[in-house]
Amino acid sequence: MVLTAARLATEDLSYGYPGHVVGRHISFSIDAGEVLCVLGRNGEGKSTLFRTILGLLPAYAGAVRVDGGLTTGWSARRRALTFGYVPQTGGGGFPFTVAELVLMGRTAHRGPFSAPSIADRRAADQAIATMGISHLAQREWVRVSGGERQLALLARALAQEPRILVLDEPTASLDFGNQVRVLDAIRSVAETCGLTVLLSTHHPEQAFACADRVAVLAGGELLHIGPPAEVITSETLRTCYAVEVAVLPVADDRYRVCVPQSYLS
Amino acid sequence: MAKVTGAASPLSGPAEAVILQIRVPRILAATAVGAALAASGAAYQSLFRNPLVSPDILGVSAGAAFGAVVGIFLSLPVLAIEVASFAGGLAAVIIVYTIATAIRGRDAVLVLVLAGVVIGALFGAGVGLLKYLADPYNQLPAITFWLLGSLAAANLRDLTSLLPAVAIGLVLLALLRWRIDVMTLGDEEATALGVSTRSLRIVVIAAATLMTSAAVAVSGIIGWVGLVVPHLARLLIGPAFTKLLPVSVLFGAGYLLAVDTVARTLGSVELPLGVLTAALGTPLFLWLLAFSRRPAWS
Repeated sequence: MVLTAARLATEDLSYGYPGHVVGRHISFSIDAGEVLCVLGRNGEGKSTLFRTILGLLPAYAGAVRVDGGLTTGWSARRRALTFGYVPQTGGGGFPFTVAELVLMGRTAHRGPFSAPSIADRRAADQAIATMGISHLAQREWVRVSGGERQLALLARALAQEPRILVLDEPTASLDFGNQVRVLDAIRSVAETCGLTVLLSTHHPEQAFACADRVAVLAGGELLHIGPPAEVITSETLRTCYAVEVAVLPVADDRYRVCVPQSYLS
Repeated sequence: MAKVTGAASPLSGPAEAVILQIRVPRILAATAVGAALAASGAAYQSLFRNPLVSPDILGVSAGAAFGAVVGIFLSLPVLAIEVASFAGGLAAVIIVYTIATAIRGRDAVLVLVLAGVVIGALFGAGVGLLKYLADPYNQLPAITFWLLGSLAAANLRDLTSLLPAVAIGLVLLALLRWRIDVMTLGDEEATALGVSTRSLRIVVIAAATLMTSAAVAVSGIIGWVGLVVPHLARLLIGPAFTKLLPVSVLFGAGYLLAVDTVARTLGSVELPLGVLTAALGTPLFLWLLAFSRRPAWS
């Protein structure tokens, strides 16, 4: 499936919860088709930033623009046609099949009183196939593994046919193999479907694997933004996570690994 | 049949009167009440993302009962009793839901169920007060028998208010079947998928409460149907509301019709329907809880 990517921009965005500002004056933009990876320590407000961009939380100040247009006042439906969202833990606790869950991604394409059409089912099947989980389609969602769940939620976001994909720590709590599979899937989705992708992670290395640019949040502000090789340095990681880390090139600098200094001494 | 076709009736006058004015209304009332309670239960379970909630547990039945008892106490006409019952049921579910959303940071479902129990108890106390104040020769027996749950007094006039309310509720739920599934994901995820969760929740609660209250106004409190029947349907056909709603409606209607027939014929004296559904529902539910291999949720 080929989708139309959109440019996403935040302007001087301040966000948080009632009585508690989490982030201030965040301005960045992601070009159509670009993958931006957000880093930041626990509680830095990555999820809060994403939820504000998605319109699930009202912004304190500032604006979110999609292709230059303000998203303020957009209906849930319009937002869902723009943003595909993969939450950290999603899917609810009811034993829907994976196919039924992915089909829910089509909600915004249907009126409030209608059920999915054949075209919707086709779009959902295609999204499931794109994620390579066709063999799971009839399995119960609550019975598949964590990695498979993440792929199913990704498929649901794809079935939504959004223009921007927002993934909140898609590799959190996955085993190593599933982390690789999910990251590969994200990268291939960005490339083949032509989607703008905004994701967060706790593993700086993953940015080298899947992102065009990296944004680092620290102290509620945007510390750095730029290509992974420029942003992910020992200095940035020290400021961000308060640990000494060596960033070492491997395989002719096609990839870099982040190794804590304490492991090396 | 003869009445419809216009042919001469093979039945004697009294037999025809018994069938048309007592049996048929009672059968229709039993199916409608069973369908209404089961469908409301199924809707509440999906909406509150918990297959253990039911109109009873969320205090809707108690609220509706309180409203109806106020109506009986004030000797209001049947339609006014029904309106009072609806208002009581709606008030209960709004109070319970407001409490559950206000108390954050704990197990949301536990708070919801506990709030339902507490508010149900409060409305129960209100019913107790009215029983205490009621005229012990006319109103008190009426209230007491009515609270036990019975369809013995169901007549054609009851049906004219019960059937439209149930039909409206069922049609609304059927129209929103797809969105109700999306609501089981939780508010935030449903919003991100394009659902206006606030308005949808209001419509679904209103539809389910309308049906429950209309049923309570006619039959009194008939517990367990709204919990056990949709739960059983979930185990059999899964959580998708498109299938869950019709299966719950059929099971609910059939179950209550069967139980009512037993209540009517088992002993020389008619047993209260609510007592019988509780006696059957409790072991059935415990059995489902203990031995179901396929969990209805996780």
